[in-house]
Amino acid sequence: MGFKRYVEIGRVALINYGKDYGKLVVIVDVVDQNRALVDAPDMVRSQLNFKRLTLTDIKIDINRAPRKKTLIEAMEKADVKGKWENSSWGRKLIVQKKRASLNDFDRFKVMLAKIKRGGLVRQELAKLKKESA
Amino acid sequence: FPFPLTYIARLLRIHISERKREEEAESNQNSFAAMAPRKTPVVSRNPQLIRGVGKYSRSKMYHKRGLWAIKAKNGGVFPKHDPKPKAAATPVKPSKFYPADDIKMPLPNKRKAKPTKLRASITPGTVLILLAGRFKGKRVVFLKQLTSGLLLVTGPFKVNGVPLRRVNQAYVIGTSTKVDISGTNVDKFDDKYFAKAAEKKNKKGEGEFFEADKERRRASCHKTRRMTRRLSMQHCLNRLRQCQI
Repeated sequence: MGFKRYVEIGRVALINYGKDYGKLVVIVDVVDQNRALVDAPDMVRSQLNFKRLTLTDIKIDINRAPRKKTLIEAMEKADVKGKWENSSWGRKLIVQKKRASLNDFDRFKVMLAKIKRGGLVRQELAKLKKESA
Repeated sequence: FPFPLTYIARLLRIHISERKREEEAESNQNSFAAMAPRKTPVVSRNPQLIRGVGKYSRSKMYHKRGLWAIKAKNGGVFPKHDPKPKAAATPVKPSKFYPADDIKMPLPNKRKAKPTKLRASITPGTVLILLAGRFKGKRVVFLKQLTSGLLLVTGPFKVNGVPLRRVNQAYVIGTSTKVDISGTNVDKFDDKYFAKAAEKKNKKGEGEFFEADKERRRASCHKTRRMTRRLSMQHCLNRLRQCQI
């Protein structure tokens, strides 16, 4: 019991509201009770309300308000991108994005793939049933 | 001496209109000669300072246009050309009948209908989704736009049972998927191909005879259609198979 993800300098967070929705961002400084200074390699450093952030498990090792270059180096060292894309949360988001950007033809291909997969599953199930029967 | 600007402007305007009239008269004179049509467009040698006011004066323009050279070539006078002999007017016979009342003639309408503007997303080879009609929901390959504005479209028939068909652009969604149909020849198909076979006026043939005639016609129609369809569809199919999943 208790909180596991804390707001601290170096905490990686996901923006969940606003223009930069869906971006991974590092908390670089705390402004006051409600706001943090936030930075990402492809973004101008800006302040965000905590309400617009969702904290992740990832934390990187930086000092308070580092330079952009230092920040990017620290992010590379901690492999934020890799950790994120391998986490189940990150993977889910990637799949969501892919689904949203599907073509009509892509959806057709997905349908065929699903049917194929379903067929294979059912084959295996039938085999197992036969064995147990 | 200080004349108001408007007065000067008015003088200049008269000046220029006079000059224009002279130029027109001269051009009319010259047109009577057998001149070759101009290859370069007519460009004024007198740039406008303001609308209606040219940069060069009358005498300057005379020199610029080379009217002195034309005169010199023609011995000090402007060349004069005799007017072309007018073709003898055919004698018009006075009409025998004049209607008593004036008939109201409708105003002439020379408008020509253009085929509907094709959406930018629809190019030959685009896969379309049909939204209405017998084949609604089917994905179909777009071949070309006919002169009536309708889209010529095919399943192809072997793939999903949609034959060569015409479809209105409004009842179609264009997808971003394109099939390469560069080889298929669709020149043969146009709106006339889809016109109903004209029913022969058969006074004698009533009942059975009439039906038999129609059937025969329909069958021959089908054969030719099938052949043409096959040739173009084969090509289309090959392309589709190439880009299969």
